[in-house]
Amino acid sequence: MEWVDFFLQQLITGLSNGMIIALIAIGYTMVYGIIELINFAHGDLFMLGAFLALTLLGMLGLGDWSGASAWAAVVIMLIASAGFCGALNWGIDRLAYKPLRSASKLSLLVSAIGASFILVNLGLFWGGLPMDVFAGGVAAAAPKDFPALVPNTNLLGEESLVQFTPKDVLVWVVTVPLMIGLTWIVTRTRLGKAMRATAQNPVAARLMGIDTDRVIGATFLIGGALGGFASVIYSLYNNTISFQMGYRAGMDAFTAAVLGGIGSMPGAVAGALVIGLVRSMSDAYLETRWTNTIVFGILVLILIFRPSGLLGSRVKEKV
Amino acid sequence: MSAGSTGSASASAPPVMLRVHGLAARYGAIEALREVSLEVRVGEIVSLIGANGAGKSTTLMTISGIVRGTSGSVEFEGRRIDGERADRIVAGGLAQVPEGRRVFPRLTVRENLEMGAYLRSDDLRPDLARVHELFPVLAERANQLAGTLSGGEQQMLAIGRALMSRPRLLMMDEPSMGIAPLLVARIFEAVQELNRHGLTVLLVEQNARAALKLSHRAYVLETGRTTFTGSGAELLGDDRIRRAYLGEG
Repeated sequence: MEWVDFFLQQLITGLSNGMIIALIAIGYTMVYGIIELINFAHGDLFMLGAFLALTLLGMLGLGDWSGASAWAAVVIMLIASAGFCGALNWGIDRLAYKPLRSASKLSLLVSAIGASFILVNLGLFWGGLPMDVFAGGVAAAAPKDFPALVPNTNLLGEESLVQFTPKDVLVWVVTVPLMIGLTWIVTRTRLGKAMRATAQNPVAARLMGIDTDRVIGATFLIGGALGGFASVIYSLYNNTISFQMGYRAGMDAFTAAVLGGIGSMPGAVAGALVIGLVRSMSDAYLETRWTNTIVFGILVLILIFRPSGLLGSRVKEKV
Repeated sequence: MSAGSTGSASASAPPVMLRVHGLAARYGAIEALREVSLEVRVGEIVSLIGANGAGKSTTLMTISGIVRGTSGSVEFEGRRIDGERADRIVAGGLAQVPEGRRVFPRLTVRENLEMGAYLRSDDLRPDLARVHELFPVLAERANQLAGTLSGGEQQMLAIGRALMSRPRLLMMDEPSMGIAPLLVARIFEAVQELNRHGLTVLLVEQNARAALKLSHRAYVLETGRTTFTGSGAELLGDDRIRRAYLGEG
C-alpha cells in the first residue's frame, strides 16, 4: 500500500505547513477585521523575524546544537522573534497607518505596500551583514541556511515510509496553544471584547470610552507576534530563509485569509490548512511548477465567486 | 461647577451642567455647524429639534469628541471638554446613545452592556440589574447576538449600554427612529423615568411633538445654528414652530 503512505506523507506535510501559514494568516485577518487594511507588510515582517532568529543563533554560537540546549535556543528564538515582530508591527501601525486612519482605504493600502518594500530591503541589507550565519555577508540576496536545531528523525520508526518528525511536533506544539490562547483573548478578555467592538463599530466603540487607537495598536502587536512565532517554526521546519520568503509566505497566508473569509479567525486557520494541503498535494501529484498557479488561481476564483470566503458569510454583515 | 454664571439664570435655577458656546464644525468642505449655543441644567430634559441635515447629530458627535470642532467651546460641569479624546469625555460622565443605535451586532446583549461599562472596573451587577429592570427584554436575551434583536430592542440595548458607564448627562440621538410606535412610547417613558431618578438628558429628535412634550426646554437648530429656545410648552404653542416642525397649517 505504498500509495497510502505517500498520501499520508503529503497530508502531514500539508497540515504542518498549513498551521504555519495559519499563524501568519491570523495576522492578516485580525488587522483586516479591525481597520479593513490588507497589511501587505505582514509577510515581510515574518521574514525579518526569521532573520532575527538566525542572527541570534549566530550570536549564541553555531556549535553543535543538540538536546536541551537546542530546545532552549528554540524557546529563546521564539520569544525574541515574537517580541520583535510584535513591536515592529506596532511601530509600523504608528508610523505608516495611524496618520491615515481617516484617509481613504486606498491610501492605507498604498502605505502598506510601501512599508512592505522597506521591510524587504531591510532584509536584504540585514542578510548582507558580515556574519558567519549569513555566510560572511558575501551575497546579501542569497538564501541562508538555517541550522537544523530540531532533528529530522522519524518518530514512527526508521522503517516507516511515512515521516513524522520532531519538526512536525514542534509546529503543532507551538501553533495549537497559540491559537487557543488567542481565542481566549478575543472571546473572553476585556481587550478582546474591545477589539471585536472596535471592528464592528469603531464610532460606537469610542462612544463607550474605548481608546480605539490603543486597541488597534494591540491588534498589530498580537498579529505581529504571531508572525514572529511563525517565522521561527518556519525556519526550523524548512532550514532555509531568504529576504524574499515573506512574499511567498505572505501571499499564501493572504490567500488563506481570503479563502476562509477575511476578518474571521477560524476562517483563516481553515483556509490555511486548505492552502497547505493544496500545496503539498500539488507538489506531489502534479508538479511543483503548477503549485503557485493553483494557489493563486484559488485566490482569484474566491474573489470572483465567493468574496466573503468559506466561513465569511455570516461574518460579513457590517451594519 | 460654574453654577448659574449666565445672566438669564434665576437664583433658584439648578446649575448648568453642559454649556455649548458658539460651536462650529465641518466635515471636509461642508460647514456642518456654524454657531451652536445651548445649555443643559442639572436634572433637565432638553431637546434639540430641527430638520434633517440641520446639524443635530453633528452637534452631539462634536460634544462627544468624535467630530473635532473648529471653534467655540464645550464645557461640562464647569470644565472645558472640547478637544478632549472621546474616551476621556465618557470617563467624565457624558455618554451618548448614537443615531441608528450602533449596537455591536456580533457581540451578545450582555457583552454590549459590558462594553458600555468599559472604563469601569467595579462590580457591574447592580447596574445590569437596573438596566434589566428598565428593559426586561434585555435580560431575556442576554446571550443572544445583538444583531438578531428587533430595532426597538436594539434601541433599548443602546440606551442600556450607555447607562452602564453611569453617566450624569445622557445625550440621545433620535431614539424613536425606525421603531414601532408602541416601543417609542416605552422608550420615552424610560427616558422620563431615568430623568426622575436624576439623569440629565439632551435629546435630539425628528419627532418634535413627542420630544417637546417630554422636555423641560428645547432648542431649534436650523442650518447649523441654534435659533429659537424656550420651554417645551412654549415651543409647542409657537406658530412658527408648529408650521415648520409639527406639520401644522
